[in-house]
Order: sequence, then structure tokens, then C-alpha cells
Amino acid sequence: MRAHHLLVAGVLFLASCGGSASPPPATQSAHFPVTLVGSTGVSVTITKQPHRIVSLSPTATEMLFAIGAGPQVVAVDDQSNFPASAPHTKLSGFQPNIEAIAAYAPDLVVAADDIGGLVHGLQAVNIPILIEGPAKTIDDSYRQMVQLGTATGQGAGADSVVAKERSDVAAIVATLAKPTRALKIYHELDSTYYTATSATFIGQVYKVLGLSNIADAATGAAPDYPQLSAEYIVSSNPDLIVLADTNCCRQDRGTVAARPGWSVIAAVKSGEVINVDDDVASRWGPRMIDFLRVVAPHVRDIEKQAA
Amino acid sequence: MLGIFGPRAEPAAGALIALGGLPRLRWVWGAAGFASLLIAAAVGALVGPVHIGLGTVFAALLSHVPWLGSSVSGVDPGQATILWSLRFPRVVLGALVGGMLATAGAAYQGVFRNPLADPYLLGAAAGANLGATLAIAFAPGGSFIGVNLVPLAAFAGAGAAVAGAFALGRTVTGLRTATGLILAGVAVAAFFNAIQTYVQQSQTNSLRQVYSWILGRLVTAGWDGVLLVLPYVALSLVVIYVHRRLLDALSVGEDEVVTLGVSVRRVRLIVVIAATLGTAAVVAVAGTIAFVGIIVPHTIRLLAGRSYRVVVPLSMLFGAAFIVLADTAARTVVSPGELPIGVITAFVGAPFFIAVMRSTRVAAL
Repeated sequence: MRAHHLLVAGVLFLASCGGSASPPPATQSAHFPVTLVGSTGVSVTITKQPHRIVSLSPTATEMLFAIGAGPQVVAVDDQSNFPASAPHTKLSGFQPNIEAIAAYAPDLVVAADDIGGLVHGLQAVNIPILIEGPAKTIDDSYRQMVQLGTATGQGAGADSVVAKERSDVAAIVATLAKPTRALKIYHELDSTYYTATSATFIGQVYKVLGLSNIADAATGAAPDYPQLSAEYIVSSNPDLIVLADTNCCRQDRGTVAARPGWSVIAAVKSGEVINVDDDVASRWGPRMIDFLRVVAPHVRDIEKQAA
Repeated sequence: MLGIFGPRAEPAAGALIALGGLPRLRWVWGAAGFASLLIAAAVGALVGPVHIGLGTVFAALLSHVPWLGSSVSGVDPGQATILWSLRFPRVVLGALVGGMLATAGAAYQGVFRNPLADPYLLGAAAGANLGATLAIAFAPGGSFIGVNLVPLAAFAGAGAAVAGAFALGRTVTGLRTATGLILAGVAVAAFFNAIQTYVQQSQTNSLRQVYSWILGRLVTAGWDGVLLVLPYVALSLVVIYVHRRLLDALSVGEDEVVTLGVSVRRVRLIVVIAATLGTAAVVAVAGTIAFVGIIVPHTIRLLAGRSYRVVVPLSMLFGAAFIVLADTAARTVVSPGELPIGVITAFVGAPFFIAVMRSTRVAAL
């Protein structure tokens, strides 16, 4: 279903990093060695431009390929399913195996989390590791991209991708009218009503679109990803429902409408229940723009109807 | 009572005297059980993240009573939907789940003469989790004759695990002792857990759904879930209730049941099948809720008496009331967020249980 969309994104992608296939200019190597501090506060020193990068984070994989460091990547983990050209392996970012990672002889490992003694284990075998944890804001995401640019000698590529993203976001937001009232959004992570508040990256993306997140009332349950009561969701009557559980849990407009009591919700009545790719919605990388392009027209439609 | 494992060599006459000496269910306790269930149901219907007045709750309830319903008017349709489609079925399902788990726990403790026996002892939970995981991972969104495949697979998995435990227990020990069956159940549960964990970890796409399934959920309860479990729970509760006297006899010693002219193996088989059937149905729609099957029957033993003529009916009532209240807390404490119900049952149940044990002296066990 999403194949066409992904294909288009992939083509855009390749077009945008067409120039990076040639070896990076020598001037960029002059930046090395660099010392960077990752999300968990652990600093890492990279002595020369890495050419054997292992990515254990699907988001980092997308970022690396977007900024033009793709040719330097030798292995990505089993969850990194985008872009298709990435060197997919069976490496796991959830249960990292130091030996299996070391077997690729990496000169830089990028991961989203220090799970299972990953940092300690790689430091013991002198492999530089950079943690780029889940971004909390859109600016965090940009910062990570720039940091990955510095780490890989692709600073210029990173800067231009970030600049392009900033202008794309501004262009999308400019298409939206100033609503008379804040439209309410319910973002669904699974079929038991786990959701994301504005304290998360995806929540910040909704904020950019001027939406009011019904999950923000539940920060007492969990500040980031609370589970909501069905009766609260029904009574708060969201204008828009975004299903980020289309792959994991096979939810769609039909299954949502069939849930007991949900047929009275405004979004269900008006059909504003959007399927999105679980992966795109859960990563904090450059495909955020694709996500915005899917959701924004619906926001525009609802605003039009409300006017 | 509840001598752990193995037959006890007491003379039959002594056993019958002991049986006669067990107190019957006093009406005060029966009344207290019904009252607590009624109060719990009322609290569950009245309290929730959405504030709905007492009058509206009554009107919404009345509007679904045949013949009377048409005379009720003036209920806000939004609130009526919340009450009828979301809150009431959750209360009813909670009562069925709680009553079933507590009664199944009591039955298992009686049959196996083991105070630590719970409804998941023979692998019902492990089997249900494996069945659900396989359905979620390999047949996502699948259905069978219009019913969601996941609870059906969970039910089949629970049945398969317990049947496996029985088959294993029979070949190893000939089912002569309860211990052999328990150990077979432990082995089967461990084996099923291993497969379940492997499938869960290797199918990362469905990982999230598997996790939230295993954590248990009354969150998505609807009338369809109630209808799905009702026949099994009703049948199971009736069978266990009918066998409450034989459970008393079993608790004294297997020899004594033989003296009464009843096959120990048959009693054990029937009660275990009944308890498993009900547990499997409940696990299939609500996931595993630990602890209920242990603390509710034991608290009743300590407070109201240890005869199964007391423990079985009161476990149904107080178990139901306990889960309805715990679930009400689960959806209101961090409202409009949800807490996992297992957190509430253990957090409130454990200290309460210890307080009861302290005040009644553990010797009673």
C-alpha cells in the first residue's frame, strides 16, 4: 500500500544525495579528529573520517543516507528498513551482540540506545560509539543530523538537508489556515490506546500543524507515551485520528469505526481517520516531511469544513 | 489443612470428623459477598475519567431494560454511549474475570493441596500467551467465523498447554500424585514460554501488540468480550460449585475421597478441566492478571473459614468485587490515562493480604 509513496520518497532521496557517491573532499578530513557528546552524555573521539559505519538505529540509518554518508555505511540493523539500498543485516539494536558488531570491523557505530552494555562493550574493543537517542523536538532531530554530519565528514550535506527540511516544514505550515479553534488529534500507537503526548517528537510535529493533542491531559499516567481510557477518547471527541498501528496491529478506518462506542467520535463520523506507516511515524528522521505531507491535507480539509 | 504434596495417612474416620467440623457458609458472609459485589459494581459504573451524574447512570441502565426502556428519555447520547458501550461492559467483564480467577485459584489449591497453586499453574497463561503471540505474529488481523482470531488462539493455546501437562503427568507419574501433575505443568509452561519469547523477539513488527496483549487489558472491553467468556465462565463456576464438598474431602486426604466412594482422579480431572476452561476463556479476553487467584481465596479462608463450601461461593463474589474495584482504580488513578490492572491488584492486594495474615495468625493456613 505504501510502496508507491516509499518509491517516490526513495527517488527524491537518491536525487538529493546524488553528489555524495564520489569520495568526500579532502578538506573535510581536516575536521578530524572530532570529539562529540551523544544523547546519553558519553563523549566519543573519532580520529579520522569513518568509512566502515555500523548503524543500529533505523532513524540514524535514514539520517546517514539523507546527509550523504550512505556509501560509508557497511551494515545496518534488522529494523533499518529504509532506504532500500542500505546494507541490511541481522544485527539487532534491541539485543546488540558486541562480537557480531565487531565482526564488521566498524570505525564508527551509531545506536539509539545504550542497551545491554553496548557502549561499555564497544569501548572495550576500541570501537567509537555515538548514541543518538529519540529526539524530543524537531530541533533535536536537526541537531542529531548535524552531529552525524560532523561525525562522518558530511557536514555540508547535513546542513543542506536541515535547511531543506526547515523550508519544507514552513511551506507545509503556510498552506494551513489559521483555525477558529484548535483541532483535536488522537495519535494511536497500538490497539490498546497507547498514545504520544506533546512531550514526544511526534507530538511536536502535531504542534507544528497547530493541533491540540488529547493525550496531553494524561501526562500524569506517563509523560511521553500514556495509555488512554476508551471513554476519555470518546468523550474528548477528536477531530482527527492518526493510526500509527497499521502495520503492527492492522488497524484502519473500518476497525476503528467498529470499536464499541467509537462511532460517535467526530473523526470517525467525518472519515478523518488516517493510516500512516508505523515506522515513519515512530522515527525522528528526515521522513518527518513525508509524514507532514500525509497529515496536512486532512488538517486543511477539517479546517475547511469547520469554517 | 493443605498439607503440602502427597497423601496424608490419617484414618478415614478422623477425616470425616474433620469434615464435619468445618464450618458451613454463614449467611452473614454470603450477604457480605453479594453486598460487596453490588457496591463494587455501583462504584465501577459511577466512577470513571468522564464525570457522569448518578441520575444519568441510572437512566442509561434503565433504558436497556426490556419494556421499561422506552419510557426513559433525556439521556445525553454521548454519555449514554460511554456508559453502555464502554463502562458497563468493562464492569461486567471485570466481575466475570475476577470471580473466575479467584474461584479457579481456590479450586486448584484444593485439588493440588498446595497453597501456592494459582489458575496459571498448569500452563494456562503460558499457553494463552503463545497462542495469542502466534496469531498476532503470523495471522495479523485474522478472524475465524467473524470472531477475532487472537482470543480463539489464546483459548486453544491454554487448552493445549494444560492438556500437554496432563499427558506428560500421566506418562511420568500415572497421575497418582498431584505433585507429578504440577511438575509437568511447570515444565510445559516453561517450554511454551520459551517458544513464545522466541517468536516475540524474532517478529519485531508485532512486538508492541504482543506486549500489550500479555500485559492484560480490560481497556478494550466491550459486550462482545463479555459474550465470548460468559458461557465458559458460567459452566466452569457451576462445575466447581457442585464439587465444593469433594474439594473439602480432597483437602483432608486423597484416601478419604476414596473412602467416600469417589475416584480421586476423576474429581481432580473434572475440577481441573472446569477451572482451566474458565481461566483460558478469561485469559483470552483479559490477559493474565496475577495474584487474584491466590490472595482472594486465602483471605476468605483466614476470615470466613477454610471449608470449600465457604471458599468457593465467596471467592466468586469477593473475587468479582475485587477486580471491579481494582479496574475502577486502574482507569481513574491517573485519569485519563490507564494503569495496568496488575499493578493495582498487587500494590493494594499484597499489603492487605499481609495485614489479614498478621491479624489472624498464619497457623490457620
